[in-house]
Amino acid sequence: MKDVKYDLVIIGGGPAGLTAGLYAARGRLHTLLVEKVSPGGQVLITDWIENYPGYPEGISGPDLIDKMTEQVKRFDLKIESGEVVSLDVTDSIKKIVLSDRTITAHAVIIASGATPKKLGVPGEDIFFGRGVSSCATCDGPFFKDGVLAAVGGGDTAVQESLYLTKFAKKVYLIHRRDQLRAEAILQERALANDKIEILWDTVLSRIDGLSNVEEITVEHVKTGEKTAISVDGCFIWVGIQPITDFLPDTVAVDSYGFIEANADMSTSVPGIFVAGDARNTPLRQIATAVGDAAIAAFSAENYIETVKNEA
Amino acid sequence: MAAEILEVDDSSFESEVLKADQPVMVDFWAPWCGPCKALSPVIEELAGTFGDKVKFTKCNVDDNPVTPGNFGIRSIPTLIFFKDGEVAEQIVGAVAKSKLEDAINKVL
Repeated sequence: MKDVKYDLVIIGGGPAGLTAGLYAARGRLHTLLVEKVSPGGQVLITDWIENYPGYPEGISGPDLIDKMTEQVKRFDLKIESGEVVSLDVTDSIKKIVLSDRTITAHAVIIASGATPKKLGVPGEDIFFGRGVSSCATCDGPFFKDGVLAAVGGGDTAVQESLYLTKFAKKVYLIHRRDQLRAEAILQERALANDKIEILWDTVLSRIDGLSNVEEITVEHVKTGEKTAISVDGCFIWVGIQPITDFLPDTVAVDSYGFIEANADMSTSVPGIFVAGDARNTPLRQIATAVGDAAIAAFSAENYIETVKNEA
Repeated sequence: MAAEILEVDDSSFESEVLKADQPVMVDFWAPWCGPCKALSPVIEELAGTFGDKVKFTKCNVDDNPVTPGNFGIRSIPTLIFFKDGEVAEQIVGAVAKSKLEDAINKVL
């Protein structure tokens, strides 16, 4: 039998990756979790989590990740930082190509997650880090008593806009439809908040300024009317896109690039499993990510046992 | 091997960063920033590797109102690489180690 470095490699260290790692480590699989920076993922930019069971008062994103990381370390899960460049799945032994080395494994769980989508409007890239942001917990405090714009209408946009009102004197919530998509409880809070003004049926069309963001232009989708608004910053929460640029074509994805999976979290390629936000799934939450991950680790373990017995 | 990162503040910024005789990296961070926390072990690793050629420092934006304002910082983590007192490279967000290595190699 050829030399294989690991039973299982997990790509990504958010809640899905850490949970897969927890189950794999307890299953005594020889496992490596590879994370681009260090564990966390999108949860690190979430100020407060109220819908993950077990924390009746809620918990901050970074604190939850600390606890998850501490838990996997108790079971000696090996975590390394590395950026996955490509994945070679042509052979039964999978090759995971990192920017500085290549590792081999019998099975891979893709828990690479997703990243905030861009709007693609003029000014968005130039002013990123200069007033354009998608992390309220990181950057909200820079806008004390300022006026902010927030774009989006889902859970993230509404939750994080509410957080921004702790610092800003006013938040314009810009939403392209005439009703929000966020959880009802978040909608209630946003509508009751005096600092939040919702601009319905409105899209952001450009961001302007000298060295920092100074003004945005919005457009009413029904009347076509354009309005310039002076703001100090602009937060963009218009959904996410999967981080799957390293994937080979043989791993089937949907039209948005999210990975197609079966009920056991297996993909179109034997030995490649998926969990969390990178998966084609109707709901992307921490609670769903950890559920995916437990199943993916269980399925990977069965798969690894089978290939080892065949060898 | 990981190394310690020198803490700079509004009063020491000029002498430690702008007047340094080697390239300096400044990590603008704050305790409330999750991605900053995720990035810090990566920076400590880089300091272990490149510490003899680049001076690695960090500046807490919560405690130091002047310096982050001078460089127009509105987002953290922001890493600025200074060479001869001038901004040579600037990176916003918690990016992979390889991207930081590229930036370091550019300023060397």
